[in-house]
Amino acid sequence: MSFDVDIMKTVGDARRRFQLQVKFTMQARRTVIYGPSGAGKSLTLQALAGLLQPDSGRISFADQVLYDSAQGTWVPARRRAFGYLFQDYALFPHLNVRQNIAFGLAPGLRNPSIAVAGEAVEHWLQALDLGEVAAQRPAELSGGQRQRTALARALVNSPRALLLDEPFSALDPELRTRTRTELDLLLARVGIPMLMITHDPEDLEWFGEQALYLRDGRISERRAAD
Amino acid sequence: MDASVWITLGLTLKVAAWATGINLILGTAIGWLLANRRFPGRELLDAILTLPFVLPPTVLGYYLLVVIGRNGWLGRWLNDTFGITLIFTWQGAVIAASLVAFPLVLKSARAAFEGVDPQLEKAARVLGLSEWAVFFRVTLPMAWPGILAGTLLVFARSLGEFGATLMVAGSIPGKTQTLSIAVYEAVQAGQDSIANMLVVITSVTCIVVLLLAGRLAPFRPTR
Repeated sequence: MSFDVDIMKTVGDARRRFQLQVKFTMQARRTVIYGPSGAGKSLTLQALAGLLQPDSGRISFADQVLYDSAQGTWVPARRRAFGYLFQDYALFPHLNVRQNIAFGLAPGLRNPSIAVAGEAVEHWLQALDLGEVAAQRPAELSGGQRQRTALARALVNSPRALLLDEPFSALDPELRTRTRTELDLLLARVGIPMLMITHDPEDLEWFGEQALYLRDGRISERRAAD
Repeated sequence: MDASVWITLGLTLKVAAWATGINLILGTAIGWLLANRRFPGRELLDAILTLPFVLPPTVLGYYLLVVIGRNGWLGRWLNDTFGITLIFTWQGAVIAASLVAFPLVLKSARAAFEGVDPQLEKAARVLGLSEWAVFFRVTLPMAWPGILAGTLLVFARSLGEFGATLMVAGSIPGKTQTLSIAVYEAVQAGQDSIANMLVVITSVTCIVVLLLAGRLAPFRPTR
């Protein structure tokens, strides 16, 4: 088993309150949480990554407790060793592709140099076809190149699992199918569990070995009648 | 040319440089605090620290005399404990210039930090960085152009500080007399040629600083 989740979180103020109450166990290598925007998908993914602390409950990953409100356990994001692909990729605009990929390999107070090298960096530059744009900044890249840079940055640290936030929504429709195929092959190669949140039914079809449906902050195994 | 003019220019640049350095550090720290931490009295603190922008410099000078003057509560303590007097020294001029110019860097720094995309900081945390590393590798580089533009304005403002500086540091030639005060003294004494030269030097320096600030200010990091 990878993720085992049972959490509660209330956000917003007195006028607009949203309550997230999510309980699920990840039972496949590839799990997709599907739901409309505003259902609480991003909150759920951020809680798993350690970027958002729930109000109460428990999160564990492969027998390691990441959060337990009863025990006062909270593992911060930097110690969770998950890869995270942000919806708009969140590439560092002041760093080139090479530096972005190497970012997590250097834990100190200084960013990697513009010519940072190393086996892992070179491997991912080649594997994701980024060799030619290695010296460019994110603003100069195409949508597909940005996404591949973000993927390389997430995978270079050999994460225990990959968390994906709407990974194809920022891409042109023509590019989506090709990119889904590429991600499919990539996941098969790295062999780590993947949890994706999406509002795109096609993502669910491609990657949803296990499908979870999120609506108004609650998860169910079956699709709610629209 | 009169050598004392260059001594005055040197002193003015020294005072402005110190005031700029102090404001860069304090403005960055407090600007970050105001942008990122919620605490009671946050907006009140911002308002108080912005006061030097709207208060007459003479009022600020008076406040400073109350605090660091010979009989001020901090001034007396400094004198009794360490034998330090700030009144009528160039260090006193630095404090006056720092106070008057502080809102310029504070506003810029706060706005710059508020403009940093929180997703980038989250991405850095997920990639294993400590909070200090997130600040120095992501937050500060992203906010830097705004902070730097504000800092250059501080430098320009400090060069021209007059009222508070005159009250706190006086006008001792070669010791506390800065350019703007020297202009006033020269005009009072009817030394028009000296006044002319001082005015040209001050104006040119300020134009250069403003041009530099203008080049940095419009920079917006692309996503």
